[in-house]
Amino acid sequence: MKTMFHIGRYFVFMFQVFSKPEKHKIWFRQFFREVQSLGLSSTGIIILVSLFIGAAITIQMAYNITSPLVPDYVISLTTRDTMLLEFSSTIISLVLAGKVGSNIASEIGTMRVSEQIDALEIMGINPASFLVSPKILAFMFFIPFLVIISMFVGIAGGWLSAVFVGVISPQDYITGIQLYFIPYYVTYSIIKSLFYAFLIVSISSYQGYYVSGGALEVGRASTRAVVYSIVLILTFDLILTQLLLS
Amino acid sequence: MIVVEGVNKTFNEAQILKNVEAKFHPGKVNMVIGKSGSGKTVLLKSLVGLHKIDSGSITFDGRDFTKMRTKEKIAIRKEVGMLFQGGALFDSSTIEENVIYPLDMFTNFTKAEKLKRANFCLERVNLTGVNKQFPSELSGGMQKRAAIARAIALNPKYLFCDEPNSGLDPQTAIVIDKLIQEITKEYGITTVVNTHDMNSVLAGADSVVFIFEGHSWWHGSRTDLLDSGNPELDDFLFSSELMRRIRPTKQHK
Repeated sequence: MKTMFHIGRYFVFMFQVFSKPEKHKIWFRQFFREVQSLGLSSTGIIILVSLFIGAAITIQMAYNITSPLVPDYVISLTTRDTMLLEFSSTIISLVLAGKVGSNIASEIGTMRVSEQIDALEIMGINPASFLVSPKILAFMFFIPFLVIISMFVGIAGGWLSAVFVGVISPQDYITGIQLYFIPYYVTYSIIKSLFYAFLIVSISSYQGYYVSGGALEVGRASTRAVVYSIVLILTFDLILTQLLLS
Repeated sequence: MIVVEGVNKTFNEAQILKNVEAKFHPGKVNMVIGKSGSGKTVLLKSLVGLHKIDSGSITFDGRDFTKMRTKEKIAIRKEVGMLFQGGALFDSSTIEENVIYPLDMFTNFTKAEKLKRANFCLERVNLTGVNKQFPSELSGGMQKRAAIARAIALNPKYLFCDEPNSGLDPQTAIVIDKLIQEITKEYGITTVVNTHDMNSVLAGADSVVFIFEGHSWWHGSRTDLLDSGNPELDDFLFSSELMRRIRPTKQHK
């Protein structure tokens, strides 16, 4: 029953979020501010995670593919497809659910408990639309860039492990990443990431928006935002993979 | 004038407001007093539409707020300024940006005009030289003054203040009280102040409504307050040592 209540309230909330903004100029200012705070500021962590995971995948593949019948370039081919199909969209989104999701839930939750949202409402501003819609659209706008950065950096990480650890020759690595490339994998990954971006921001905003109480409740909302985002990202991963790849 | 008639409000089966009646006059500081948990804040938030009342009516100069559509409510809210208990300034914006905020949203002023108006409001509340500072860099009293500056930026017809003195020392509280009184008289605003600070009430209330267990228990002026003869009001008024010291003097007179 409680779940149904939250699902219903979430959709009502989304209806408020996507109602017409009061002033377009102000909305665009907020939008670019959110591109900076949610998107650009996440670039560093995405580069770091992708670089290390790309390198680790390459080393793991090299240790697992030991048959003389399998050519070495299969290692980099597998690394590339792992990055393209799953890591750069889904795993990166799980990382972003932690970083961006908790940030949004605690920001909006703090605004709620310190009556800043009430202050917006008193001014005749629709707080849901004003605060949340620029966040959702800014993050959906920027996440494809993060996914593409992650793909490049992850594959580069694999190449670095080839050069410095020597699990595969750099020539074989380059050959592997060029073989059997299917461009649709990039499109598939970007489509998935758009869904994930929407889920992360809308769920986290919802959790923050309806906080009541104090600091403890803001912390709990932040945790719930991350947990629910992760569960829904994984659920949608399954659904979208079936829909887009089958 | 704001007229409250037969207002009832229930939360989770607990009735917080019970048939509340009150009139708040323009150009006057109308104070709502009562114990913590008596329903003062619920009444104030109901007045501005943050809580939807169960029954009754709230009229702003003859316009029934409870029967309005969302668009009409938004129009009324543009005539409303509110000072929240904690100030409710936007943390991520500077003081100047906070004051400019309502001007950005609801006026077509140029940048220079908005800045001029913001500076005027900040000067009016005696807060200068803090334009570029963030709320967290100011003291509690300065934050309250900045919040008043933001509340008056659009020249409101109605000003609501929820416990403006909470968390302030007595001297700063007096400064805030005086500011609210001056602004109310100067601009002819209908001001409603929620408080349990008796010093504020005795110094500046033009009219007083006492809320007791969700009922509007007593109405009157501050001069009638000390000898109302109302036992519940007397219990509330003379609960502090300071007020008890005043009481015999008054009775003696």
